[in-house]
Order: sequence, then structure tokens, then C-alpha cells
Amino acid sequence: MVDRVADIWGTRTAFARGERWPVRVDLKLADGVAEADVDRWVTSACVLCSNGCGLEIAVKDGEMVGVRGRATDVVNHGRLGPKGLFASWQGVRNGDRLTRPLIRVGGELVPTDWDTAMNVIVERSKRLLAEKGPLTHGFYTSGQLFLEEYYAQAIVGKAGIGTPHMDGNTRLCTATAAASMKESFGSDGQPGSYSDIDECDAMFLYGHNMAETQTVLWMRVLDRLAGPNPPRLVCVDPRETEVARQAEVHLAIRPGTNLALMHGLVREVIAQGWIDEDYIAEHTIGFRELGDIVQPWTPERVAETCGVDAEDVRRAARIFGTSDRVLSTVLQGFYQSSQATASSCQVNNLHLLRGKIGTPGNGILQMNGQPTAQNNREAGADGDLSGFRNWENPAHVQQLADLWGVHADKIPHWAPPTHAMQIFRYCEQGSIELLWVIATNPAVSMPQVPRIRRILEQESLFLVVEDLYLTETARYADVVLPAAAWGEKQGTFTNVNRTVHLSDKAVEPPGEARSDLDIFLDYSRRMDFRRDDGRPLLDWTCPEDAFRAWQECTRGRLVDYTGLSYEKLRGGTGIPWPCNEEHPDGTDRLYGDGNFPTQFDRAESFGHDLLTGATVGPLKFRALQADGRAILKTAAYSPASEAPDDEYPFLYSTGRTVYHFHTRTKTARSRQLHKAAPSAWVELSVPDAERLGIEEGDLVRVASRRGEIVVPARVGDVREGMVFAPFHYGYWDQGRSGPGDRPTAANELTETEWDPVSKQPILKAAAVRIEKVADGVGPAPAPTTTASRPADPAGVPPTVGGPEAEVEERPWITEPPSVPDEKDAR
Amino acid sequence: MKLPVYLGMLHRAEGELAASFRTVADGHGDEPDVRSICTVLAKQCDAHVEAMRPLVDRYGSQPDDEPERLHAVALPEPRTGPLALLRDLQDVHVLASFVDMTWTLVGQAAASLRDEELQRIVTECEAETTTQVAWLTTRMKQSAPQALVVAG
Repeated sequence: MVDRVADIWGTRTAFARGERWPVRVDLKLADGVAEADVDRWVTSACVLCSNGCGLEIAVKDGEMVGVRGRATDVVNHGRLGPKGLFASWQGVRNGDRLTRPLIRVGGELVPTDWDTAMNVIVERSKRLLAEKGPLTHGFYTSGQLFLEEYYAQAIVGKAGIGTPHMDGNTRLCTATAAASMKESFGSDGQPGSYSDIDECDAMFLYGHNMAETQTVLWMRVLDRLAGPNPPRLVCVDPRETEVARQAEVHLAIRPGTNLALMHGLVREVIAQGWIDEDYIAEHTIGFRELGDIVQPWTPERVAETCGVDAEDVRRAARIFGTSDRVLSTVLQGFYQSSQATASSCQVNNLHLLRGKIGTPGNGILQMNGQPTAQNNREAGADGDLSGFRNWENPAHVQQLADLWGVHADKIPHWAPPTHAMQIFRYCEQGSIELLWVIATNPAVSMPQVPRIRRILEQESLFLVVEDLYLTETARYADVVLPAAAWGEKQGTFTNVNRTVHLSDKAVEPPGEARSDLDIFLDYSRRMDFRRDDGRPLLDWTCPEDAFRAWQECTRGRLVDYTGLSYEKLRGGTGIPWPCNEEHPDGTDRLYGDGNFPTQFDRAESFGHDLLTGATVGPLKFRALQADGRAILKTAAYSPASEAPDDEYPFLYSTGRTVYHFHTRTKTARSRQLHKAAPSAWVELSVPDAERLGIEEGDLVRVASRRGEIVVPARVGDVREGMVFAPFHYGYWDQGRSGPGDRPTAANELTETEWDPVSKQPILKAAAVRIEKVADGVGPAPAPTTTASRPADPAGVPPTVGGPEAEVEERPWITEPPSVPDEKDAR
Repeated sequence: MKLPVYLGMLHRAEGELAASFRTVADGHGDEPDVRSICTVLAKQCDAHVEAMRPLVDRYGSQPDDEPERLHAVALPEPRTGPLALLRDLQDVHVLASFVDMTWTLVGQAAASLRDEELQRIVTECEAETTTQVAWLTTRMKQSAPQALVVAG
């Protein structure tokens, strides 16, 4: 047994390049339950990060009692991370769940029945549609629902109501992944595969603390590092993460300067001649313009702007330029920073310049944060047109109109879909009067939460919240709908590398809670949304109906699901799309043939100017004649808008810890995880702490122009001049929607500001000041096992889980699964 | 030769455009994307003004004897009502379009004069101005339905 709070990544199973990653089955059951006691094992996959680990839910006496990784799954080969092991089941099966709908009566939320709750919503919805039209309605969803639910919601929003105001919290986590792929390759769709880790000679992790955010993927890396011929690692991160500790080159750049670094790496790779001129000529456009933009960015200039050593920039570029097989991964350090899309496109560009894409070990993983974020993007609950269709292409809009049986003009396509930050702005201005929030918690997770809370409580806004729990956000609602959780409903979802999993229903939801799919279908029925031929808009009766409809929506698109079925997905492993007649077992990598979906008729987007976000438009896109070639594009570097000054001298960045997910609504309800990271903290560097007279555990106030938090200080391993706070800690566990006199939510301080292309909020660059409030009563509650470790371990007890965190690990018990055919997708 | 008239017009108009972008950035701070992008675009216009200096020195700058009809002048102050953002952006769009076309016409003159320095500067600046116009169009198209149909 292994304490998986103390030993996050568990037992090593080393392997060499080109070998298949060994199996290790991880198993966690409730106290007193043995494997033989389990009545049934139910097919599913984990929803506590974007990795998508295949697992089985243990059911005994109609209750979830644990989880076991699936040895045969191509994603995880049996492993699970701490969040999956402890929170996937304990995080949903507990006494705190909402079991009845609530409506606001005389200022208080009181229990009611479904009919009453739904009728209140439908009455308001119908009245607004009649009086002012569809632009009064907004939806803010999640990266937590199932594919079938997103597709239902997309149809209700686009073909039922007809509003462009739909987005998900995926805007905060993966919008830049999607945007960068649309700009470079013409469409969303991950080029790489996790199996590239098994095959690569070098790995670049850009703003990606994989060790904490995708622990099972990191186990795969650790197992390569422990074996013969390990990959060379380069880490770009201002904190000394576990990734940084394993890296050969750690570029701890100043927050907000990603693009300057990327320009330097691209310039150096070009200047040293480490490029594939034939590939560039045949498979890309834009090389000359790219060269012009990066030309000024010598390693010395990068060093000055980014605060790193010029020699390290050269070393990193050399590793990229001379490794035979190279894999890059990108996450929030890039996505939630300024010039996010331009920086992430530069990662794509590096691979295109060397032709290192779509072949074993040569991959790009533009990561996701949440387990089902990919499906939100695919289905279009984030406002994109379903099936990676292009809102500027009338033929694509007509395809959806035909599928849904409505006139094309019903489907909003006159302008880009409204992104989350703009939806909240319209709520603030009073023009969106009905906001429906599903499975997310903007009162804690959005930037500048004092403003978001003001908007949520505005009289002009009718707020519907659909959730498992009475979150901070739900406390502002006019109607609260209790939703069924993972394991209590059926559906599919898709991870970072396009792998689709089925999650079957294991147990009944508590009380009157219903699946989000059932709620959308019920709303659609009550609203009497119909096709033009008079039939109901949504006549599905179960998730599989929705899945089949979705398959039709994807037929012939890059995101082709037509070769999948629920039955096939019960075959022991997830399957990566495209999966169709040509690729019946799915497709491990895209673009190995150098053919990209940039043809006019295939492109999901005609692209943007990456500095301003101006749309390129159909005419100019045609004139580019990309026609299957990738587009090398980026933007000139522009410094972040809020720079430190005398009044606010520190750079503030937010992020996550390994033990929690999002706003802790599930993870804090697992005792193991809660004890590992029970409350908020802030990290600062040793020299800064000394200057300010702050010692480990002292209570400090961190303030920006927008708000403040008061939390204990961890004197740790961040860059000098920088302050870091985990974003998980809101107020629901104190029974409040807001801070009272003890603000702890990292987003009290962040700025309302976003990338011009992906519209992803910039959560990693605010100017703050910090001051001591009181002596500490002990060390800060930050884990010692990860990037939040203390600089001086003396006097800080190590983070351990004890007996309740013990997990059974069974390494090497069977042969590892193999990936689907490696033919290139077309 | 009347090119100096156009160089003078363009030089002044870029300055007016920079000021207008700043007016919009300051006046519409509650629209963070407008604030940040207009600030970046104002700096581009400043750089254009700088880039033109050697040209103005070389060719001179003459006033035109013809009357000014549609005046290329900066926004005096931001509007404040429900249509404020749209109207302000549209005014800036008129000015930016004037600048854009003026670059095109100066570029024509540069080509016929075979003045390589002038051609290079026109190419660089005109591309940025065209993108400025495209951004204004994109942003206004995004705002228009909400502003014209439902905003109070």
C-alpha cells in the first residue's frame, strides 16, 4: 500500500523509448470494503482533470465505494491520480448534495418541486423572448458535463432560443488551446498523443505544471525519466515546480513575457539552420512574416525582457533544434497570460518549422484544464458552431440548419459567439436578463470576483444555477436546480488527446436530482421548441439518442465520431477520434501527412490578427490560399497592461495545487485531499520575505487595485518579485457567498482582461503589494510535496495522508495496451 | 509636386488617430479589451508619426489650398449613453479609414517616384492601419446587435 497523498505519483515502472508504458493498476476502496465485496464494477473515466483516465466505479449495495484504474485503457494503463482516487466518488456521494430544487421567495432560497421550479424559469424565459428577443438569454456552462449534454444545450441555445451568448468556464481553461489550433491548423483538434511521451527524445513543457495538473501523465514522464535513454526536459515556469526540478533547462521567466521568450526560441532555431526548408515550403505559409517578427529577439534581448540567462535560451533552442523527436505541451502558464494565443501559436510554429508533427514522438499537446472541456468546444456549448463548423461559412451554418430542422438565420452566426467575459458585461449592463449557470462557480473562479459578485446579485438579472451543491454562485440564484453527478448518469466525454470514454450510470442520484441532459430536454419541451416541420426540436429520450444525433453532426468532419458506439466504448479502453469507416479503431495522431484543414470549405475559422483579434474574414482567407498548409503566425510582443510600480511592486500569479480541483466542491469533500491542503495561502520568495520581515506562516495581506486577500504566507520557491496564490479557496465551506472579513479567493485581486483572440482571461499578471498583518501560529497550510514546498523545510511538517490515504498499486500485472493504428488522419 | 500636401495630411491624421484611440481607451475602461487594444493601437499611430518624420523633413509639408470638407480630427471626448461605445468606435473607424486610404495614395506616389524609403515605410504602416480598421470593424460588428436591439 502506498500513501498517495505523500507519494503523489506512486511507484515507478521505468521503461525505455519505444517500449509500451507498463501497466500499474491503482485501487482505492472505502474503509472496510474488500475487492471481493464489490457487487459491480461500472465502466467510466475520471473527471477530476483533463487527462481522462479509464476507470471502473465499485458499487456495493447501490452505493459508490471506490474506484479502480483500467489496465487496458490507452490513457492511463491502470493508474489514477490522488484526485481521482479520493474525490471522484467521495466528492459526489456525501450528505451535502442538493436534493430538491430551490426558488427564491422573499429573499430566501426555499425548497420546491421540479414543476414549480421549471415553470418559474420557463415563464421568465418566454416573457423575455416575446418582449425583447433571444439576446436577453445567456448560458455559462462548464468543462464538467457530458458530450450529450453539451450538444443538447447547443441545440437549445442556437436553434431553440437563438442566442449567441453561450460560453463555458472552458473559456478560463482551454480557450487558447482551441484558438491556437484554429489559427495554426485551421481547426481545433489535438495533433499529438500521450503515446508521444513513450517515443520522444525531448519534451518542452510551456507553462504546464503537469506534475500537479495531470498527475498520471506526469507518471508516464517520470517512468521515461527513470528508464534508459530518458527524454531531455525543458520547463518554462516562474515557479520551481516538480517539472522544473526534473528539467535540464528551467526558464523561470518573468510572468507576462512568454511571447518574448518564444520569439527568441523561434529566432534561434531559424538562425542556427535547425529548420526543415522542404517541409516549410510544402506544408506551411507565412515563413517570411514570422521571420520578420522574431528577428529582433536575440537571446540577449530575451534575457533582458524575460529575466533569464541568454545562455539558457540558447541551450533550450538547441535541444529543440537538434532532438530527433520532440514533444511540446502547453497549459495555463501560457493560456492565462497576456498574448496567450500568439505565444501558443509559436509552440505550433516551432514544430512546423522542423516538420516535427504527427509522427511518433513528434507531437504537440495544447492541453485542457477540465475533463470534458474538449466536448464543450466540439459540441458548441461554448458558442462555437457544433462539429468544428465555421460561423463565417454559410455552407456550414446551413448544414446545422438541416440537421436541426430550422432556418439558417435562426442560428446566430452574424458575429463571433459571445465570450464569457462579454456575457458577464452584458449582464452588468442589464441587457442579458436571464443567465443560466451550469456546473461552475464564477463567484470564485472568474477574474475580479468582487465585480462578478456584484453582477450576480443585480436585481436586473434572473439567475438560474444548476449544480451538485449550494456553491457561492448558487447562493445568488433565483432558481437552483439539483443536478445528478458523475456516476449517477450516463454519457461520453473526450480528453486532451481526443480519446472518447463512456461513463455508465453506477448509482441513483440523491433525492430528486436529475441529469443535466434531462433538465435541458425538459426545458426544451416546456418551451415547446420545434423544428420548422412542427416536430419537437429535441425528441431524445436517453443519452444514447443524443450520442447518435451527435455522430450525424460529426459525419465527414475532422471530429468524426461516426465509427464509435456505446458498445464499442465498453471494450476496455477509450478510443481517440476521428473514428470512422476509414479509422475504425480511432486515430492516435493527426497531421502526419502534413495536410491541415485550412481549405476554405474545411476550416473551422478564417483566423484573426493575433495582436488585436481582428477577424481575417472569408475574402482575405481565400486570398491566403493556405489550401491544406499550416499557417505560421504570431504577433509582435507587447508588454502586459498592468506592470508593477511603486505602489503595487509585486507580480501576482494564480494557479492550482495537486490536491484540489477548481473551487474544491468535490475535492474538499474528500477527507484525504482536504487535510492535505485545507485552506488558502500565498507564496513568496525568500529575499522578498526577508525584506518585508515576513516569516513562514505569518498572516499577510496581499492587495491589488481591485481587492485583497488575507492568508498565511509560505516562504517558498517562487521567482523573486513574484507572489503566487492557489485559486481554489472560496467561501462555501463557511456557508457564505463572499469573503466576509477573511478574503481568501485568489480572484479577489485579478484583473478583468483577456487575450484578444482566445478571449481567455489573464489570471497570471496583476500588480500587488504585500504586508504582514500578524505573526503566524504555525507554518502555512500549503503542501510540502509540490511546488508550494517551503524554501526551508525545518519546522514545517511534511504533507502526509496516513492510513486513510493508502492505495493499492499493482505494477506490471499484465501487458500494456497498444495504441490504435498510426495511419495519419485525413 | 503635391505629395507634400498628402504627407502633411497623413502626418496630422495619424496624430489625430492616436489621440482618438486614447480617448476611447480612457473613456471606455469598463470594456477592458477596448481599453487595452486601443492603447496598443495608439502606440502604433505614435510610431507611424515618428516613422514619417524623415519623409516630412525630406519632402516638406504643405497646406492644401482646397477647403477641408470631412474633417479628419480627433474625438474631443468619449460619449456616455447606451450607444456610446458603438458611436465612438464608428467615429474612429471613419478617421482610421481616412488614414488607411491616404497611405494607399501616398504609396501610389511612392511607387511612381521609385522612392524606396517611402515605399518601405508605407508598406509597414499601411499594413498596421488596415488591421486597425479591421479590428474596429470586428469589434463594432460584435457590439451592434446587443446595442441596437436590446440595450436600454
